[in-house]
Amino acid sequence: MAIELKERPTPPAPRQITTKPRLSDQVFRTVVTIGGMASLVILGLIAIFLSIKGMHILVDEKFNFITESRWEVITDETGEVIEANFGIGAMLIGTMLSATIAILVGVPISVLSALYLTFYANGKLKKVLISVIDLMAAFPSLLFGFWGFFIFMSSAEYWAKLINKYLGFIPLFDVPTPIFERSPFIAGLVLAIMIIPIVTSISREIFDQTPLDRVQAAYALGATKLSMIKAVVIPYGRGGIIGGAMLGLGRAMGETVAVYTVLNVVYQVNWQVLFGAGGNVASLILLKFGEAGPYEVDALMAAGLILFLLTLIVNATADFLINRFGGKGR
Amino acid sequence: MNKVIPAPQKPWQPTFIDKLEDVAILVGSLGVAGAIVKFTGFNGKLGYFFAFFFTLLVANFVFHFIKRGMQAAKDSILQVLTAMAIFVTLIPIVSIVATVVSKGYKGIHWGLLTKDMALASVNDPIASGGLLHALVGTIIMVGGALIISFPIGVLTALYLTEINGKLARPIKFLVQAMSGVPSIVAGLFILSSLIYPVTKALSGLMGSLALTILMIPTIARTSEEMLRLIPNELREAGVALGGTQWRTVAGVVLPAAKSGLVTAIILGVARIIGETAPLLLVSGGGDSLNTNPTSGAMGSLPYYIWKAFLTGGTPEAFARAWGGMLVLLSFIFILFGLARYLSGRKVG
Repeated sequence: MAIELKERPTPPAPRQITTKPRLSDQVFRTVVTIGGMASLVILGLIAIFLSIKGMHILVDEKFNFITESRWEVITDETGEVIEANFGIGAMLIGTMLSATIAILVGVPISVLSALYLTFYANGKLKKVLISVIDLMAAFPSLLFGFWGFFIFMSSAEYWAKLINKYLGFIPLFDVPTPIFERSPFIAGLVLAIMIIPIVTSISREIFDQTPLDRVQAAYALGATKLSMIKAVVIPYGRGGIIGGAMLGLGRAMGETVAVYTVLNVVYQVNWQVLFGAGGNVASLILLKFGEAGPYEVDALMAAGLILFLLTLIVNATADFLINRFGGKGR
Repeated sequence: MNKVIPAPQKPWQPTFIDKLEDVAILVGSLGVAGAIVKFTGFNGKLGYFFAFFFTLLVANFVFHFIKRGMQAAKDSILQVLTAMAIFVTLIPIVSIVATVVSKGYKGIHWGLLTKDMALASVNDPIASGGLLHALVGTIIMVGGALIISFPIGVLTALYLTEINGKLARPIKFLVQAMSGVPSIVAGLFILSSLIYPVTKALSGLMGSLALTILMIPTIARTSEEMLRLIPNELREAGVALGGTQWRTVAGVVLPAAKSGLVTAIILGVARIIGETAPLLLVSGGGDSLNTNPTSGAMGSLPYYIWKAFLTGGTPEAFARAWGGMLVLLSFIFILFGLARYLSGRKVG
């Protein structure tokens, strides 16, 4: 028996299919995106505010600011600035010099350590060593600075004397007067010790990503560890290692406290790495800040701006290299 | 009838004889190095180290050359070099920890936690002052920095992992670049943006803000790594149950990544707890207890150490400074151990 319906019920209107997120998701996405922009905003603000304070110094001094090596402020009795000359040439060269020493000493040691950790150590020893090196990367620079000054300096001074004695005929290792304390060489070594853990962990991560099939193919062809590393690991990780070294360079250039304690900051361009006089932009800022008048502070801001841009460029290059070559082989 | 079960053979593993030979080379090299130091111009620890290093290289090379030929000999050189490199890497860390402990224990006493340096100078007897003000200052400043940088860091990480929009690549790059900002520049930025134009006074809050800049990249990068560890199935399950993205993230992803986020906090704190340069510029660095971050100079552990080293000169001042360093180093050890413990556990 059929049920007679007076009229057929209208089917419900089909739900509208949409990819538009709900209101809560829209809010969520907006908030997260705004939060994600924070790094952009902060970096931008750093550049803007340092420029506002320091730009007039850069405009006054033009290129002399980065080529000359003077730091003079002459004021009259009321404290008005009559004449000022600022140039951080010697400081920039000094920064580069000690950072270069740090890279030259630190990177080979780091890469070899990373090779040991990846291909030689195993089991418990490997875990312990990795933990210890990561821990060392977390040590504050203050600690490296004072350890460098009180403990490391005497050994390093002795090494500097030895180098000077046997290699003194090379102009780089010559000294005008035998003062070996607080030289760019010692600052470079302390920086090397600081960057070794960082570069080691980056290199280790890159070596870890080496495709296992290639490694085993090399072994199957009868390769020793050395020839395997030369044929597979190094070509694969070269870009990443260079990137890691650049990251270390950035850290070494921006280091303040450790360098301040182990380097004698002097206003002259000094290429003799063993001589106890050098320059460093970050240490200059710390050194001059305490006694600086308002005008001089602006010059320090300009120096900070230069340092900021320099480390930004170095870090950008490092990041580019790590991402470009980090995960790819030949 | 008893079957003889043959012992499994592992011909690729070094035999007892091989191990004995390695040890013999090592001991022999130590001996030869000793002889070189005794009878030639080399002297001191450095001389001994170099003599040992070269003897070991040569001995290994010759031994493996005789035993297995040129390829094995070259291979042994790399082995010695890498082992030496890790040894050289470990020397400073052992030396640093030994120095801090052996010099620092003299500066440790019970009054450290109850007294400040308001009435004592750094050269006074050790028992007359403490680091209460420095501890409180460090905790306030690091806590303040954490309150600001944790949300920003996690939001950045969420943008990179959950939204992964068009800007993910540039933002990842900027976070990386931000982690390379020199600490002194962070101090100068706070000076130029807030202290000179607005507050015109140094305070603990300014120290917090400077530390925030250094802390955000560490938290963002660690949280990002931790969020990437969360299996995608969890997110899919959340969405399949009808959750919106917001509900999935808040109800599934973040709770699953809880211990990872705590690790991010710990590593961020470890990154900034010993930071000195920005605090020297912006926090003022007081010697008496100050619990108000918005006004007045605020002391901190790094500043306490810095001041004791630079303005003192007596054994008391050095004991104080190394004592402070020991406290700082213990904090870092504890934080690092906690981070290891948490990240060692299973995620989820």
